Amino acid sequence: MDLCINGQQKQYSEPLSIVQLLEQLELTPERVVVELNREILTAEKRADIQLHNGDTLELIQFVGGG
Amino acid sequence: MDQLIIAGRSFNSRLMVGTGKFSSNQAMVAAMERSGCEIVTVALRRVDIDNPADSLLSHIDRDRYLLLPNTSGARDAEEAVRLARLARAAGCEPWVKLEVTPDPYYLLPDPIETLKAAEILVKEGFIVLPYMPADPVLAKHLEEVGCATVMPLGAPIGTNKGLRTRDHIAIIIEQAQVPVVVDAGLGAPSHAAEAMEMGADAVLVNTALADTPDPAAMGRAFRKGVEAGREAYLAGLGPQRQKAEASSPLTGFLRDNG
Repeated sequence: MDLCINGQQKQYSEPLSIVQLLEQLELTPERVVVELNREILTAEKRADIQLHNGDTLELIQFVGGG
Repeated sequence: MDQLIIAGRSFNSRLMVGTGKFSSNQAMVAAMERSGCEIVTVALRRVDIDNPADSLLSHIDRDRYLLLPNTSGARDAEEAVRLARLARAAGCEPWVKLEVTPDPYYLLPDPIETLKAAEILVKEGFIVLPYMPADPVLAKHLEEVGCATVMPLGAPIGTNKGLRTRDHIAIIIEQAQVPVVVDAGLGAPSHAAEAMEMGADAVLVNTALADTPDPAAMGRAFRKGVEAGREAYLAGLGPQRQKAEASSPLTGFLRDNG
């Protein structure tokens, strides 16, 4: 399936949950905020969500800033 | 104790520190420690999924510092509100340094979009600290919609020019019912001291610490500047005069003959 992650087109095989995607990307889940199709997913909410072809994700984290 | 109180929460330090642009996380942490700050700002950005970096949060002791996420990068109210919501979803307390800067050259805050976003975020339960032009009328509007502070700029972000907006900041301080935090443009401890002597409640610095050879030492210098300025304000500065007024007695000069 095709996913758009942070503006980049990526291909993954189904089934894939958000938690599995974060694992594959080697990201620490509690340090990343996830927006799926413009909806913010809290940590509890995203646990069971499966991704589908055409989904758009934003994976966001804190960086230094003033 | 002379504490800074924002939205009912007390802080011993009146110096807030931004975490951007440090040469390393170690330099950032050292500057934070030596500055004595208790509030640190952070930004939100996309993860580089091809090259995920070490998380900033693993270097910041959340028991010691209150994280104040900013909405930097937002060009309008909608983008700022989105960033604030994302920060809250990341598990932060609902504090936000609201920044709306559509112009990339001077990074000056958009007063209209800032006010719009502030109104929305306050209604959603955020503690809103808005970065703003040093405009006393806007400061009153932001206060009226429920902002926890106002944060007028001293000079454009990262310029180190000091209190170029001094006269307007003085009016904001005179009229404000919420803490006034002078943010942006302060480049030297003397600038911070000057703001505090005028009666500002706090200052926020980033570039002034990050862009020096020794951020830790500069953190300590700013701490002293802020403390000196605050103490001078509380002591009460003497009046300025046009003519000299002698400090030594004007009698008993040796030249007198009797």
